[in-house]
Amino acid sequence: MLTVENTTTWLVTFTDKITQQTAYLSELDQAIGDGDHGSNMARGTTAMKAKLENTAFTSVSELFKVAAMTLISTVGGASGPLYGSAFLAMSKQAEASTEDVPAIIKAGLEGIQKRGKAERGEKTMVDVWAAALDALDTNTLTHHTIEEAVHETKHIQATKGRAAYLADRSVGHLDPGAVSTGYLFEAMLEGDIIQ
Amino acid sequence: MTQAHFGVVIVSHVPELAKGLVALLKESAKDVPITYSGGTDDGDIGSSFTNISQAIEENTADEIFAFYDLGSAKMTLEMVMEMTDKQIHLMDTALVEGAFTAAALLQGGAPLERIMQQLKPLTVK
Ligand SMILES: Nc1ncnc2c1ncn2[C@@H]1O[C@H](COP(=O)(O)OP(=O)(O)OP(=O)(O)O)[C@@H](O)[C@H]1O
Ligand SMILES: [Mg+2]
Repeated sequence: MLTVENTTTWLVTFTDKITQQTAYLSELDQAIGDGDHGSNMARGTTAMKAKLENTAFTSVSELFKVAAMTLISTVGGASGPLYGSAFLAMSKQAEASTEDVPAIIKAGLEGIQKRGKAERGEKTMVDVWAAALDALDTNTLTHHTIEEAVHETKHIQATKGRAAYLADRSVGHLDPGAVSTGYLFEAMLEGDIIQ
Repeated sequence: MTQAHFGVVIVSHVPELAKGLVALLKESAKDVPITYSGGTDDGDIGSSFTNISQAIEENTADEIFAFYDLGSAKMTLEMVMEMTDKQIHLMDTALVEGAFTAAALLQGGAPLERIMQQLKPLTVK
């Protein structure tokens, strides 16, 4: 179950991971994109963390909404509207129930797909969101399953996002958004959200 | 000219690109309300929710043809569209050709259907 407290910890831990890996994420994006995924995500999550730490939330739904709006207005790249749409959809779902964590993640995935129109297997963050949801549904979300899902993107040819312009030259590289999504679910694991 | 009903909004990752395209359009569409958003809040390359919202709100027209360059420009435009009262036609055309076609036809007073019809073959995304 999500609470204001564990959701704050989750997203703050996510921010800290992004901050630590900013250069690495940008380096991944340099290979198959425009080299800004790390700085985009660092700018966005740092602003989000500040908002989370300085606001007294009365609900998880409200927390996700503020997180979403902050990312949408600060990230500056595709990951802004994508993570933003995920968190907005999660905010809606959390209004209905904070008990069912897979349902919240499912809403997030649907939010991303509504925004970016990517299906699974197009070498985007969708691949890791979808794999994490599968794992949550079967109680098998571990560092290992997350890592596997992230690594899977290396072998795929991109058909959405900037990397799609590279066609078969995108093969052999990790998708930066998949890697940052990996950090989101690592942070979830570390946050005692799922038992 | 009476207050125009239709306007054009340009959204690009690069401030100079957006600004330059507007200069090109204005040559053939001096009476059409055209506004733009280029780059991030800090003027770097990327997209800004705030700048795009502003370009839409500052445009004196109520119904807008919006043109964009790549990925996040479109997605951010869509987020703004969900939060504005204005009617926005998000066009997946080649940026320069599409925007020029719309602006020139609007200057000539063409109706919506006619403009849509001419934009359709310019769809590239
Ligand atoms: N249509 C999409 N659907 C899902 N995920 C996407 C899509 N487009 C891009 N992504 C994800 O976003 C990541 C890139 O994020 P980043 O912040 O670098 O934006 P960007 O691609 O530079 O944005 P821009 O569109 O401005 O070029 C990719 O690695 C991918 O995971
Ligand atoms: Mg990028």
